[in-house]
Amino acid sequence: MQSQIEAGRESGIINDAVATRRAQTTLFKKPHLGEDAIRAFLFFCGLLSIFTTIGILFVLGQESLLFFTSGVVDIGEFISGIKWQPQVGEFGILPLLQSTLMTSFMAMLVALPLGLGAAIYLAEYAPPRVRSGFKPILEVLAGIPTVVYGYFALTFMTPLLRSIFGQDAVQIYNTASAGLVMGIMILPTIASMSEDALSAVPRALREASYGLGATKFETITKVILPAALSGILAATIIGISRAVGETMIVALAAGAGSNFTFPPNFFVAAETMTGHIARISGGDISYDSIDYNSLFAIGLTLFFITFGLNLLSQWISRRFREVYQ
Amino acid sequence: MSAETRRSHMPNEDTFKQRLQRRNLRGGVWSRFFSLSLIIAILALFALFFNIVNQAFGYAASVSDVNITELTPSGDLGTLSNDELVAILTQYQERRLAVYIRDNLSRVDNSVYSTLPISESLTGSNIPEALATLSAGQLTTENRAALLVNNLSQDQLIDLVQSDVIGEDILEAWSLSDSLFNKEMIDATVAEEYPEARLYFRSWLSFDFLTSPGSSDPIQAGIRTALLGTIWVVGITILFAFPIGVGAAIYLEEYAVQNRLNRLIETNIRNLAGVPSIIYGLLGLAILVRSLSGVTGGRTILSAGLTLALLILPVIIINSQEALRAVPSSIREASLGLGATKWQTIWKQVLPSAMPGVLTGTILALSRAVGETAPLVVIGASTFIVSDPSGPLSQFTALPIQIYQWTARPQAEYRDIAAAAIIVLMVLLLSLNATAIILRQRFRKSLQG
Repeated sequence: MQSQIEAGRESGIINDAVATRRAQTTLFKKPHLGEDAIRAFLFFCGLLSIFTTIGILFVLGQESLLFFTSGVVDIGEFISGIKWQPQVGEFGILPLLQSTLMTSFMAMLVALPLGLGAAIYLAEYAPPRVRSGFKPILEVLAGIPTVVYGYFALTFMTPLLRSIFGQDAVQIYNTASAGLVMGIMILPTIASMSEDALSAVPRALREASYGLGATKFETITKVILPAALSGILAATIIGISRAVGETMIVALAAGAGSNFTFPPNFFVAAETMTGHIARISGGDISYDSIDYNSLFAIGLTLFFITFGLNLLSQWISRRFREVYQ
Repeated sequence: MSAETRRSHMPNEDTFKQRLQRRNLRGGVWSRFFSLSLIIAILALFALFFNIVNQAFGYAASVSDVNITELTPSGDLGTLSNDELVAILTQYQERRLAVYIRDNLSRVDNSVYSTLPISESLTGSNIPEALATLSAGQLTTENRAALLVNNLSQDQLIDLVQSDVIGEDILEAWSLSDSLFNKEMIDATVAEEYPEARLYFRSWLSFDFLTSPGSSDPIQAGIRTALLGTIWVVGITILFAFPIGVGAAIYLEEYAVQNRLNRLIETNIRNLAGVPSIIYGLLGLAILVRSLSGVTGGRTILSAGLTLALLILPVIIINSQEALRAVPSSIREASLGLGATKWQTIWKQVLPSAMPGVLTGTILALSRAVGETAPLVVIGASTFIVSDPSGPLSQFTALPIQIYQWTARPQAEYRDIAAAAIIVLMVLLLSLNATAIILRQRFRKSLQG
């Protein structure tokens, strides 16, 4: 009896040991099904962004192809035509492109000097308390929806321009008003990106410059700005890209109907690429019409422009970045 | 000789001082410009807010078909009982009583409404037994008045009296600055041009404005439908964008090894963040609204929510990646060292520490979705909707769309209600941003402590 129990215990111990070893081996080999499933799901989440890009390219490409194979217009006419009048089958993108470039140019005329000036002030002159007080204000400016800026352009900037330059010279809808307000919208983006670039320039460079007898302004223009140039350029290009893709301000303030003006007149109504897409697709449009397809051809042009600008910005900040230790 | 030439390059003390003065002067002028550009930015912000508030409040001159004091000497309809209100309606709009009953109480389709007995067409209403078998067309004026008294709330009756009896019509509205500083001019204009009009201070932003549905009449119009639409759309957006965005961020930060595919995903996300929002609108229009119309129902809340989800996905991913990166690797190593699996480590250790940062980034992305207008315009959020959205598959309008449409109209009153709607939108956005900032500060404190 006693020996039986002992034998049982012994065998039990032995069994335990075997079980432990088995458990170890199975633990080692056990496939983590749950973990793998989770990993696969997370990978799918990451992959979704690629699908989005493919989706954008596919949709824009397919509809543009329908547009160009419709027989109404070929790519040459599309790129070089100076009339966009879908009613009579004229699909030249130049007038739309021109007003897009005009509003973007106007926007950069405001946003670049003011944004860079504000960034230099915040990074180099402002005491820390002022700096921490003003940064949130720029963030608020950056967070205002563009439709609100559109309202501002139409109800504030346009009357202002008309009272300065005369009711006859300035039309109710015009590219100048839209461009100026767009500049205010982009200003915080340029200011905060440039400020980051300026703050990243190491102190040693500033001190070396002061040590050589340079004034503060000389240090900024001759040492700090060149050192931060890649970041500032990247910010500028991002700003242009946002201006080109901006929709609501131009839809509200720049007017409807394409208008090719030479020399460019900033005080007359002219529809931009984005403005045209918004106006036409917002109305009743039938899916299989050439009008519908033409929107995607404009969209494709817009996509290439902004995508190219974004790539350029990334390339500049990689290629010309000064790395300090 | 060389020492002498070098010396000749050095200015003497007087010229040096002069030059230094000039150099400092130049620096001083430029520093003014730098601070000025910041001041201009802030002035622009003030001008923007001032302009909105200026439009949303001010004197308005209006005429009414019936003067309110003729109806009730106190000038407040709220003091009248249901019986008195229905009596007013009967007096001025006797023919429309039947329409009021149908619009407010009918539970059946309009095509069969007039033929059914009212006990069936008005089910759920309080109907006197004597009338139950009559059809809607057989009711007398007294019957109709009794039905309205018994079944409509005082607020509903007041609305009907306001719109159909008093019938206010704004002739001209002035801005807040004119109302405060140029009252004489307003008085003079009213006396000269609108002698019969009533002049009163009107706040276009009011409780009624928040709770009434859209309308073609700017006095009656409200943003209830648009506000509900925005809440629905953003709800759908967050339902999809949050888990997928955080999931992608976890994959990229915790699992992804450096290979070509993962680098491509990473670059691609950064590029997607720079694609103009109107392009996402075109994507949504072609795929969600058109190709998948069987699933999404076309131009619905679901299509809009998914489009905006795709739009803010890159923002959520980038922000969440930053939050995950800020979690010290010692936490991961300790957890793995104690035998936790990779997912257990992420779920129980990494995510909780990164959560405040992830939430902050998500809220900021969300506030972008709330204000986004262009993609919704493109996928065709309906222009004129007065009924509340009932689910993901209903047609809708949203707050920024409503602002866009009102602003685009030439009449001045629409600008005023657009300004009032902008104030609501801005309050919504500022409270979202404030939440994000508070969260961020708490997060910083907890990391330090």
